[in-house]
Amino acid sequence: MTSVLFDAPGPKARARYLLVGILATVLVLGVVGFIILRLAESGQFTAAKWRIFSFPLVQQTILQATGATLSAFATAAVLSIILGALLAVGKLSDHRWVSVPSYWIVELFRAVPLLILMMIIYYGLPSLGVQGITPFAAVVAGLTLYNGSVLAEAFRAGIESLPKGQKEAGLAIGLRKGQVMSLILFPQAFRAMLPLVLAQLVVILKDTALGFIVTYNEILFQAKYFGSQAQYGSPIIPAAMVAGAIYIGLCLILSGIAKLVEIRLRKGRKGKVLEATPAPGGGGMAGD
Amino acid sequence: MSTLLDNLDLFTEGFKNTLILFFFSAIFALILGTVVGAMRVSPVPAARAAGTVYVNLVRNTPLTLILFFFALGYPKLGLPQISFMVAAIIGLSLYTATYIAETIRSGINTVPIGQAEAARAIGLDFGQTLSLVVLPQALRAVIPPLFSVLIALLKNTTIAAGFSVMEAGSIRANLSERGEPAMASLLWVAFFFIVLVALLSLLQRHFEKKWKVAR
Repeated sequence: MTSVLFDAPGPKARARYLLVGILATVLVLGVVGFIILRLAESGQFTAAKWRIFSFPLVQQTILQATGATLSAFATAAVLSIILGALLAVGKLSDHRWVSVPSYWIVELFRAVPLLILMMIIYYGLPSLGVQGITPFAAVVAGLTLYNGSVLAEAFRAGIESLPKGQKEAGLAIGLRKGQVMSLILFPQAFRAMLPLVLAQLVVILKDTALGFIVTYNEILFQAKYFGSQAQYGSPIIPAAMVAGAIYIGLCLILSGIAKLVEIRLRKGRKGKVLEATPAPGGGGMAGD
Repeated sequence: MSTLLDNLDLFTEGFKNTLILFFFSAIFALILGTVVGAMRVSPVPAARAAGTVYVNLVRNTPLTLILFFFALGYPKLGLPQISFMVAAIIGLSLYTATYIAETIRSGINTVPIGQAEAARAIGLDFGQTLSLVVLPQALRAVIPPLFSVLIALLKNTTIAAGFSVMEAGSIRANLSERGEPAMASLLWVAFFFIVLVALLSLLQRHFEKKWKVAR
Protein backbone atom coordinates (compact mmCIF):
# COMPACT_ATOMS: atom_id res chain seq x y z
CA MET A 1 0.00 0.00 0.00
CA THR A 2 2.95 2.29 0.59
CA SER A 3 3.51 2.74 -3.10
CA VAL A 4 0.10 4.40 -3.38
CA LEU A 5 1.26 7.36 -1.35
CA PHE A 6 4.18 8.35 -3.55
CA ASP A 7 5.29 7.97 -7.18
CA ALA A 8 8.02 5.63 -8.26
CA PRO A 9 11.08 7.79 -7.64
CA GLY A 10 12.98 9.21 -10.56
CA PRO A 11 16.71 10.02 -10.44
CA LYS A 12 16.15 13.34 -8.62
CA ALA A 13 13.74 11.87 -6.09
CA ARG A 14 16.05 8.91 -5.51
CA ALA A 15 18.89 11.27 -4.71
CA ARG A 16 16.61 13.22 -2.36
CA TYR A 17 15.39 10.04 -0.64
CA LEU A 18 18.99 8.94 -0.24
CA LEU A 19 19.86 12.27 1.35
CA VAL A 20 16.85 12.13 3.71
CA GLY A 21 17.66 8.51 4.44
CA ILE A 22 21.24 9.34 5.34
CA LEU A 23 20.08 12.25 7.49
CA ALA A 24 17.54 10.05 9.26
CA THR A 25 20.16 7.34 9.80
CA VAL A 26 22.62 9.86 11.18
CA LEU A 27 19.94 11.28 13.48
CA VAL A 28 18.90 7.86 14.80
CA LEU A 29 22.49 6.70 15.16
CA GLY A 30 23.25 9.98 16.90
CA VAL A 31 20.50 9.49 19.47
CA VAL A 32 21.38 5.82 20.02
CA GLY A 33 25.08 6.69 20.12
CA PHE A 34 24.46 9.44 22.65
CA ILE A 35 22.53 7.06 24.91
CA ILE A 36 25.26 4.43 24.66
CA LEU A 37 27.91 7.06 25.26
CA ARG A 38 26.07 8.30 28.36
CA LEU A 39 25.69 4.72 29.56
CA ALA A 40 29.39 4.08 29.02
CA GLU A 41 30.51 7.36 30.57
CA SER A 42 28.45 6.80 33.68
CA GLY A 43 30.13 3.41 33.94
CA GLN A 44 27.16 1.17 33.19
CA PHE A 45 29.22 -1.20 31.04
CA THR A 46 32.00 -1.76 33.54
CA ALA A 47 32.54 -5.33 34.64
CA ALA A 48 31.90 -4.38 38.27
CA LYS A 49 28.32 -3.41 37.49
CA TRP A 50 27.61 -6.64 35.65
CA ARG A 51 29.48 -8.95 38.00
CA ILE A 52 26.41 -9.68 40.09
CA PHE A 53 24.74 -11.31 37.06
CA SER A 54 27.60 -13.78 36.67
CA PHE A 55 26.79 -15.56 39.93
CA PRO A 56 24.93 -18.84 39.40
CA LEU A 57 22.65 -18.11 42.34
CA VAL A 58 21.61 -14.77 40.87
CA GLN A 59 21.03 -16.36 37.49
CA GLN A 60 18.93 -19.07 39.12
CA THR A 61 16.86 -16.45 40.94
CA ILE A 62 16.25 -14.57 37.70
CA LEU A 63 15.24 -17.83 36.05
CA GLN A 64 12.85 -18.51 38.92
CA ALA A 65 11.44 -14.99 38.59
CA THR A 66 10.91 -15.62 34.88
CA GLY A 67 9.11 -18.81 35.85
CA ALA A 68 6.94 -16.81 38.26
CA THR A 69 6.09 -14.35 35.48
CA LEU A 70 5.26 -17.18 33.10
CA SER A 71 3.13 -19.07 35.61
CA ALA A 72 1.12 -15.94 36.42
CA PHE A 73 0.78 -15.35 32.69
CA ALA A 74 -0.32 -18.90 31.88
CA THR A 75 -2.83 -19.11 34.72
CA ALA A 76 -4.28 -15.69 33.90
CA ALA A 77 -4.41 -16.50 30.17
CA VAL A 78 -6.40 -19.70 30.63
CA LEU A 79 -8.73 -18.16 33.20
CA SER A 80 -9.31 -15.01 31.11
CA ILE A 81 -10.30 -17.05 28.07
CA ILE A 82 -12.74 -19.05 30.19
CA LEU A 83 -14.14 -15.93 31.86
CA GLY A 84 -14.29 -14.15 28.51
CA ALA A 85 -16.27 -17.01 26.99
CA LEU A 86 -18.68 -17.12 29.93
CA LEU A 87 -19.24 -13.35 29.90
CA ALA A 88 -19.68 -13.27 26.12
CA VAL A 89 -22.29 -16.02 26.27
CA GLY A 90 -23.85 -14.27 29.25
CA LYS A 91 -24.11 -10.97 27.39
CA LEU A 92 -25.86 -12.70 24.49
CA SER A 93 -28.20 -14.64 26.76
CA ASP A 94 -31.96 -14.30 26.25
CA HIS A 95 -32.48 -14.07 30.00
CA ARG A 96 -32.22 -10.51 31.17
CA TRP A 97 -31.08 -11.57 34.64
CA VAL A 98 -27.99 -13.05 32.99
CA SER A 99 -27.32 -10.57 30.21
CA VAL A 100 -27.68 -7.37 32.23
CA PRO A 101 -25.19 -8.32 34.99
CA SER A 102 -22.78 -9.69 32.36
CA TYR A 103 -22.96 -6.39 30.50
CA TRP A 104 -22.20 -4.37 33.62
CA ILE A 105 -19.40 -6.67 34.76
CA VAL A 106 -17.68 -6.25 31.40
CA GLU A 107 -18.13 -2.46 31.39
CA LEU A 108 -16.99 -2.13 35.00
CA PHE A 109 -13.81 -4.17 34.79
CA ARG A 110 -12.80 -2.58 31.52
CA ALA A 111 -13.06 0.91 33.00
CA VAL A 112 -11.11 0.33 36.23
CA PRO A 113 -7.31 0.54 35.83
CA LEU A 114 -5.73 -2.88 36.14
CA LEU A 115 -3.35 -1.71 38.84
CA ILE A 116 -6.22 -0.35 40.96
CA LEU A 117 -7.98 -3.69 40.45
CA MET A 118 -4.92 -5.56 41.72
CA MET A 119 -4.64 -3.19 44.67
CA ILE A 120 -8.32 -3.69 45.54
CA ILE A 121 -7.71 -7.43 45.62
CA TYR A 122 -4.37 -7.30 47.39
CA TYR A 123 -4.83 -4.45 49.88
CA GLY A 124 -8.59 -4.05 49.96
CA LEU A 125 -9.94 -7.58 50.37
CA PRO A 126 -7.82 -8.52 53.43
CA SER A 127 -9.21 -5.45 55.24
CA LEU A 128 -12.67 -6.92 54.68
CA GLY A 129 -11.57 -10.12 56.38
CA VAL A 130 -10.73 -12.19 53.30
CA GLN A 131 -7.74 -14.34 54.23
CA GLY A 132 -4.89 -15.79 52.21
CA ILE A 133 -4.58 -13.28 49.35
CA THR A 134 -1.08 -13.87 48.01
CA PRO A 135 0.51 -11.48 45.52
CA PHE A 136 0.21 -14.28 42.95
CA ALA A 137 -3.53 -14.55 43.53
CA ALA A 138 -3.94 -10.77 43.31
CA VAL A 139 -2.00 -10.55 40.04
CA VAL A 140 -3.82 -13.49 38.45
CA ALA A 141 -7.26 -12.35 39.64
CA GLY A 142 -6.67 -8.79 38.43
CA LEU A 143 -5.39 -9.93 35.04
CA THR A 144 -8.26 -12.41 34.68
CA LEU A 145 -11.02 -9.94 35.50
CA TYR A 146 -9.66 -7.25 33.20
CA ASN A 147 -8.61 -9.38 30.25
CA GLY A 148 -11.65 -11.65 30.61
CA SER A 149 -13.83 -8.58 30.10
CA VAL A 150 -11.82 -7.46 27.10
CA LEU A 151 -11.97 -10.95 25.58
CA ALA A 152 -15.71 -11.14 26.28
CA GLU A 153 -16.20 -8.15 23.99
CA ALA A 154 -14.05 -9.78 21.32
CA PHE A 155 -15.93 -13.09 21.53
CA ARG A 156 -19.30 -11.33 21.49
CA ALA A 157 -18.30 -9.39 18.38
CA GLY A 158 -17.11 -12.65 16.83
CA ILE A 159 -20.35 -14.47 17.60
CA GLU A 160 -22.47 -11.59 16.31
CA SER A 161 -20.47 -11.39 13.09
CA LEU A 162 -21.43 -14.98 12.22
CA PRO A 163 -24.14 -15.42 9.58
CA LYS A 164 -27.59 -15.77 11.08
CA GLY A 165 -28.11 -19.03 9.21
CA GLN A 166 -25.63 -20.79 11.49
CA LYS A 167 -27.81 -20.32 14.53
CA GLU A 168 -31.04 -20.99 12.65
CA ALA A 169 -29.69 -24.18 11.12
CA GLY A 170 -28.56 -25.36 14.53
CA LEU A 171 -31.97 -24.70 16.05
CA ALA A 172 -33.65 -26.29 13.02
CA ILE A 173 -31.92 -29.62 13.50
CA GLY A 174 -33.17 -29.67 17.08
CA LEU A 175 -30.19 -28.46 19.09
CA ARG A 176 -30.98 -26.51 22.22
CA LYS A 177 -29.85 -22.90 22.61
CA GLY A 178 -26.93 -23.89 24.82
CA GLN A 179 -25.83 -26.53 22.35
CA VAL A 180 -26.04 -24.11 19.42
CA MET A 181 -23.82 -21.72 21.34
CA SER A 182 -21.25 -24.23 22.52
CA LEU A 183 -21.14 -26.52 19.46
CA ILE A 184 -21.70 -24.15 16.57
CA LEU A 185 -21.37 -20.45 17.32
CA PHE A 186 -18.57 -20.25 19.87
CA PRO A 187 -16.03 -22.49 18.08
CA GLN A 188 -16.39 -20.41 14.92
CA ALA A 189 -16.19 -17.12 16.79
CA PHE A 190 -13.10 -18.29 18.68
CA ARG A 191 -11.42 -19.22 15.43
CA ALA A 192 -12.30 -15.93 13.81
CA MET A 193 -11.09 -13.98 16.84
CA LEU A 194 -7.92 -16.01 17.41
CA PRO A 195 -5.54 -13.27 16.21
CA LEU A 196 -7.20 -10.83 18.61
CA VAL A 197 -7.05 -13.36 21.46
CA LEU A 198 -3.34 -13.91 20.87
CA ALA A 199 -2.71 -10.16 20.77
CA GLN A 200 -4.49 -9.94 24.11
CA LEU A 201 -2.23 -12.69 25.46
CA VAL A 202 0.77 -10.47 24.70
CA VAL A 203 -0.96 -7.76 26.75
CA ILE A 204 -1.43 -10.21 29.63
CA LEU A 205 2.23 -11.16 29.50
CA LYS A 206 3.30 -7.52 29.60
CA ASP A 207 0.86 -6.66 32.36
CA THR A 208 2.27 -9.33 34.67
CA ALA A 209 4.98 -6.71 35.21
CA LEU A 210 2.40 -4.77 37.24
CA GLY A 211 2.88 -7.47 39.84
CA PHE A 212 6.06 -5.59 40.66
CA ILE A 213 3.97 -2.91 42.37
CA VAL A 214 1.88 -5.34 44.43
CA THR A 215 5.11 -7.10 45.52
CA TYR A 216 4.73 -10.19 43.33
CA ASN A 217 8.12 -11.85 43.06
CA GLU A 218 8.53 -11.57 39.26
CA ILE A 219 11.27 -10.44 36.88
CA LEU A 220 11.05 -6.72 37.51
CA PHE A 221 10.83 -7.21 41.27
CA GLN A 222 14.05 -9.21 41.24
CA ALA A 223 15.64 -6.70 38.87
CA LYS A 224 14.99 -3.92 41.36
CA TYR A 225 16.35 -6.06 44.19
CA PHE A 226 19.59 -6.88 42.39
CA GLY A 227 19.77 -3.36 40.99
CA SER A 228 19.90 -1.86 44.45
CA GLN A 229 22.73 -4.04 45.80
CA ALA A 230 25.13 -1.34 46.88
CA GLN A 231 28.19 -3.60 47.21
CA TYR A 232 27.95 -4.31 43.46
CA GLY A 233 27.64 -0.62 42.60
CA SER A 234 23.82 -0.52 42.50
CA PRO A 235 23.59 -1.88 38.94
CA ILE A 236 20.01 -0.68 38.37
CA ILE A 237 20.51 0.03 34.65
CA PRO A 238 22.15 -3.34 33.91
CA ALA A 239 19.30 -4.95 35.85
CA ALA A 240 16.73 -3.05 33.78
CA MET A 241 18.53 -4.20 30.64
CA VAL A 242 18.43 -7.83 31.73
CA ALA A 243 14.73 -7.59 32.59
CA GLY A 244 14.03 -5.77 29.33
CA ALA A 245 15.79 -8.42 27.28
CA ILE A 246 13.77 -11.19 28.94
CA TYR A 247 10.44 -9.39 28.52
CA ILE A 248 11.07 -8.34 24.93
CA GLY A 249 12.25 -11.87 24.08
CA LEU A 250 9.17 -13.51 25.59
CA CYS A 251 6.78 -11.00 24.00
CA LEU A 252 8.42 -11.27 20.58
CA ILE A 253 8.07 -15.05 20.70
CA LEU A 254 4.39 -14.71 21.57
CA SER A 255 3.84 -12.01 18.91
CA GLY A 256 5.61 -14.23 16.39
CA ILE A 257 3.26 -17.11 17.18
CA ALA A 258 0.30 -14.74 16.86
CA LYS A 259 1.47 -13.62 13.45
CA LEU A 260 2.02 -17.21 12.27
CA VAL A 261 -1.47 -18.22 13.39
CA GLU A 262 -2.97 -15.21 11.65
CA ILE A 263 -1.22 -16.04 8.39
CA ARG A 264 -2.34 -19.66 8.59
CA LEU A 265 -5.90 -18.65 9.37
CA ARG A 266 -5.98 -16.26 6.45
CA LYS A 267 -4.69 -18.95 4.12
CA GLY A 268 -7.29 -21.39 5.40
CA ARG A 269 -10.05 -18.85 4.95
CA LYS A 270 -9.02 -18.09 1.39
CA GLY A 271 -9.52 -21.71 0.43
CA LYS A 272 -12.93 -21.72 2.01
CA VAL A 273 -14.04 -18.51 0.36
CA LEU A 274 -13.11 -20.00 -3.00
CA GLU A 275 -15.18 -23.06 -2.22
CA ALA A 276 -18.10 -20.94 -1.20
CA THR A 277 -18.12 -18.64 -4.23
CA PRO A 278 -20.42 -20.91 -6.29
CA ALA A 279 -23.28 -19.94 -3.98
CA PRO A 280 -23.02 -16.17 -3.74
CA GLY A 281 -26.73 -15.61 -3.27
CA GLY A 282 -27.25 -17.75 -0.18
CA GLY A 283 -26.19 -15.27 2.48
CA GLY A 284 -25.90 -17.85 5.21
CA MET A 285 -24.07 -20.42 3.11
CA ALA A 286 -21.31 -18.16 1.84
CA GLY A 287 -19.86 -17.56 5.27
CA ASP A 288 -17.65 -20.11 6.94
CA MET B 1 -18.30 8.64 52.11
CA SER B 2 -16.33 10.04 55.02
CA THR B 3 -13.16 8.54 53.57
CA LEU B 4 -13.64 10.78 50.56
CA LEU B 5 -14.83 13.94 52.35
CA ASP B 6 -12.22 13.85 55.12
CA ASN B 7 -9.38 13.45 52.64
CA LEU B 8 -10.61 15.59 49.81
CA ASP B 9 -7.21 17.28 49.65
CA LEU B 10 -5.46 14.00 48.82
CA PHE B 11 -8.06 12.99 46.28
CA THR B 12 -8.00 16.33 44.44
CA GLU B 13 -4.18 16.41 44.51
CA GLY B 14 -3.99 12.83 43.25
CA PHE B 15 -6.48 13.20 40.44
CA LYS B 16 -5.08 16.59 39.46
CA ASN B 17 -1.69 14.95 38.90
CA THR B 18 -3.32 12.04 37.09
CA LEU B 19 -4.96 14.49 34.70
CA ILE B 20 -1.69 16.38 34.22
CA LEU B 21 0.08 13.11 33.42
CA PHE B 22 -2.71 12.13 31.05
CA PHE B 23 -2.94 15.49 29.31
CA PHE B 24 0.75 16.00 28.57
CA SER B 25 1.41 12.36 27.72
CA ALA B 26 -1.57 12.35 25.35
CA ILE B 27 -0.34 15.44 23.50
CA PHE B 28 3.24 14.22 23.16
CA ALA B 29 2.12 10.72 22.24
CA LEU B 30 -0.24 12.04 19.55
CA ILE B 31 2.50 14.17 18.00
CA LEU B 32 5.20 11.50 18.19
CA GLY B 33 2.76 8.76 17.14
CA THR B 34 1.68 10.69 14.04
CA VAL B 35 5.30 11.31 13.06
CA VAL B 36 6.25 7.65 13.57
CA GLY B 37 3.11 6.53 11.72
CA ALA B 38 4.09 8.76 8.79
CA MET B 39 7.66 7.44 8.93
CA ARG B 40 6.36 3.89 8.59
CA VAL B 41 4.66 4.65 5.26
CA SER B 42 7.31 7.04 3.93
CA PRO B 43 9.34 6.45 0.76
CA VAL B 44 12.62 6.57 2.70
CA PRO B 45 13.65 3.03 3.68
CA ALA B 46 15.78 4.20 6.61
CA ALA B 47 12.85 6.07 8.14
CA ARG B 48 10.58 3.04 7.64
CA ALA B 49 13.10 0.77 9.32
CA ALA B 50 13.63 3.13 12.26
CA GLY B 51 9.87 3.43 12.79
CA THR B 52 9.36 -0.32 12.62
CA VAL B 53 12.14 -1.10 15.07
CA TYR B 54 10.92 1.54 17.53
CA VAL B 55 7.30 0.35 17.42
CA ASN B 56 8.13 -3.35 17.69
CA LEU B 57 10.64 -2.86 20.47
CA VAL B 58 8.58 -0.58 22.69
CA ARG B 59 5.27 -2.36 22.12
CA ASN B 60 6.83 -5.56 23.39
CA THR B 61 8.18 -3.95 26.55
CA PRO B 62 5.95 -3.64 29.63
CA LEU B 63 5.13 -0.04 30.50
CA THR B 64 6.19 -0.81 34.05
CA LEU B 65 9.70 -1.56 32.82
CA ILE B 66 9.84 1.66 30.77
CA LEU B 67 8.79 3.73 33.78
CA PHE B 68 11.22 1.71 35.90
CA PHE B 69 14.01 2.76 33.57
CA PHE B 70 13.09 6.44 33.49
CA ALA B 71 12.38 6.74 37.22
CA LEU B 72 15.24 4.64 38.61
CA GLY B 73 17.77 4.24 35.81
CA TYR B 74 17.81 7.68 34.22
CA PRO B 75 19.08 9.56 37.32
CA LYS B 76 22.23 7.43 37.17
CA LEU B 77 23.13 8.60 33.67
CA GLY B 78 24.49 11.93 34.89
CA LEU B 79 22.12 13.88 32.63
CA PRO B 80 20.13 16.90 33.83
CA GLN B 81 17.94 15.71 36.68
CA ILE B 82 14.21 15.50 36.01
CA SER B 83 11.35 15.12 38.46
CA PHE B 84 9.52 11.80 38.73
CA MET B 85 6.53 13.51 37.15
CA VAL B 86 8.50 14.45 34.02
CA ALA B 87 10.06 10.99 33.93
CA ALA B 88 6.59 9.44 34.00
CA ILE B 89 5.35 11.75 31.24
CA ILE B 90 8.33 10.81 29.03
CA GLY B 91 7.81 7.09 29.66
CA LEU B 92 4.04 7.21 29.09
CA SER B 93 4.47 9.29 25.91
CA LEU B 94 7.10 6.99 24.40
CA TYR B 95 4.98 3.93 25.18
CA THR B 96 1.63 5.32 24.02
CA ALA B 97 3.12 6.82 20.84
CA THR B 98 3.73 3.31 19.45
CA TYR B 99 0.04 2.47 19.81
CA ILE B 100 -0.98 5.79 18.27
CA ALA B 101 1.41 5.15 15.37
CA GLU B 102 -0.10 1.72 14.69
CA THR B 103 -3.62 3.11 14.91
CA ILE B 104 -2.84 5.91 12.49
CA ARG B 105 -1.13 3.52 10.11
CA SER B 106 -4.22 1.31 10.05
CA GLY B 107 -6.29 4.46 9.46
CA ILE B 108 -4.13 5.36 6.46
CA ASN B 109 -4.97 1.95 5.06
CA THR B 110 -8.71 2.65 5.25
CA VAL B 111 -8.48 5.75 3.04
CA PRO B 112 -9.52 4.71 -0.48
CA ILE B 113 -6.60 4.36 -2.87
CA GLY B 114 -8.23 6.84 -5.25
CA GLN B 115 -7.65 9.66 -2.78
CA ALA B 116 -3.89 9.22 -2.74
CA GLU B 117 -3.81 8.58 -6.47
CA ALA B 118 -5.76 11.78 -7.16
CA ALA B 119 -3.42 13.70 -4.86
CA ARG B 120 -0.41 12.37 -6.73
CA ALA B 121 -2.07 13.06 -10.08
CA ILE B 122 -2.37 16.75 -9.30
CA GLY B 123 1.32 16.80 -8.45
CA LEU B 124 1.43 16.70 -4.65
CA ASP B 125 4.53 15.09 -3.19
CA PHE B 126 4.57 12.54 -0.34
CA GLY B 127 4.46 15.10 2.46
CA GLN B 128 1.60 17.03 0.89
CA THR B 129 -0.33 13.88 -0.04
CA LEU B 130 -0.11 12.65 3.52
CA SER B 131 -0.72 15.87 5.43
CA LEU B 132 -3.32 17.49 3.16
CA VAL B 133 -5.27 14.53 1.78
CA VAL B 134 -4.71 11.20 3.50
CA LEU B 135 -4.10 11.99 7.19
CA PRO B 136 -7.15 14.27 7.69
CA GLN B 137 -9.35 11.44 6.41
CA ALA B 138 -7.43 8.73 8.22
CA LEU B 139 -7.74 10.55 11.55
CA ARG B 140 -11.52 10.68 11.27
CA ALA B 141 -11.69 6.99 10.50
CA VAL B 142 -9.63 6.05 13.56
CA ILE B 143 -11.42 8.15 16.19
CA PRO B 144 -12.79 5.07 18.05
CA PRO B 145 -9.49 3.14 18.26
CA LEU B 146 -7.64 6.38 18.99
CA PHE B 147 -9.88 7.01 21.96
CA SER B 148 -9.38 3.41 23.12
CA VAL B 149 -5.65 4.15 23.18
CA LEU B 150 -6.26 7.36 25.12
CA ILE B 151 -8.51 5.56 27.62
CA ALA B 152 -5.77 2.96 28.06
CA LEU B 153 -3.30 5.81 28.62
CA LEU B 154 -5.55 7.32 31.30
CA LYS B 155 -5.66 3.98 33.10
CA ASN B 156 -1.93 3.43 32.60
CA THR B 157 -1.10 6.66 34.43
CA THR B 158 -1.80 4.74 37.66
CA ILE B 159 1.38 2.74 37.07
CA ALA B 160 3.38 5.91 37.77
CA ALA B 161 2.22 5.54 41.37
CA GLY B 162 4.74 2.72 41.68
CA PHE B 163 7.50 5.18 40.82
CA SER B 164 7.12 7.98 43.35
CA VAL B 165 4.57 10.11 41.49
CA MET B 166 1.80 11.34 43.73
CA GLU B 167 -1.27 10.56 41.63
CA ALA B 168 -4.54 8.66 41.84
CA GLY B 169 -2.80 5.28 42.11
CA SER B 170 -0.89 6.35 45.22
CA ILE B 171 -3.91 7.71 47.11
CA ARG B 172 -4.31 4.40 48.92
CA ALA B 173 -0.75 4.36 50.28
CA ASN B 174 -1.13 7.93 51.55
CA LEU B 175 -4.52 7.24 53.06
CA SER B 176 -3.41 4.16 54.93
CA GLU B 177 -0.88 6.39 56.67
CA ARG B 178 -3.82 8.42 57.87
CA GLY B 179 -5.46 5.21 59.06
CA GLU B 180 -8.25 5.11 56.50
CA PRO B 181 -9.61 1.72 55.36
CA ALA B 182 -7.84 0.58 52.19
CA MET B 183 -10.97 -0.77 50.53
CA ALA B 184 -12.99 2.44 50.82
CA SER B 185 -10.23 4.62 49.37
CA LEU B 186 -9.53 2.17 46.53
CA LEU B 187 -13.19 1.92 45.62
CA TRP B 188 -13.44 5.72 45.47
CA VAL B 189 -10.40 5.83 43.19
CA ALA B 190 -11.94 3.13 40.99
CA PHE B 191 -15.22 5.06 40.93
CA PHE B 192 -13.54 8.26 39.75
CA PHE B 193 -11.73 6.35 37.03
CA ILE B 194 -15.02 4.92 35.83
CA VAL B 195 -16.39 8.47 35.66
CA LEU B 196 -13.33 9.73 33.76
CA VAL B 197 -13.47 6.81 31.31
CA ALA B 198 -17.18 7.45 30.77
CA LEU B 199 -16.39 11.11 30.04
CA LEU B 200 -13.78 10.11 27.47
CA SER B 201 -16.28 7.72 25.87
CA LEU B 202 -18.79 10.57 25.60
CA LEU B 203 -16.12 12.75 24.01
CA GLN B 204 -15.37 9.93 21.57
CA ARG B 205 -19.03 9.68 20.56
CA HIS B 206 -19.17 13.45 20.10
CA PHE B 207 -16.14 13.48 17.79
CA GLU B 208 -17.35 10.44 15.91
CA LYS B 209 -20.63 12.19 15.12
CA LYS B 210 -18.99 15.49 14.33
CA TRP B 211 -16.33 14.09 12.03
CA LYS B 212 -18.20 11.24 10.44
CA VAL B 213 -16.81 10.61 6.96
CA ALA B 214 -19.59 10.21 4.46
CA ARG B 215 -18.55 7.36 2.20
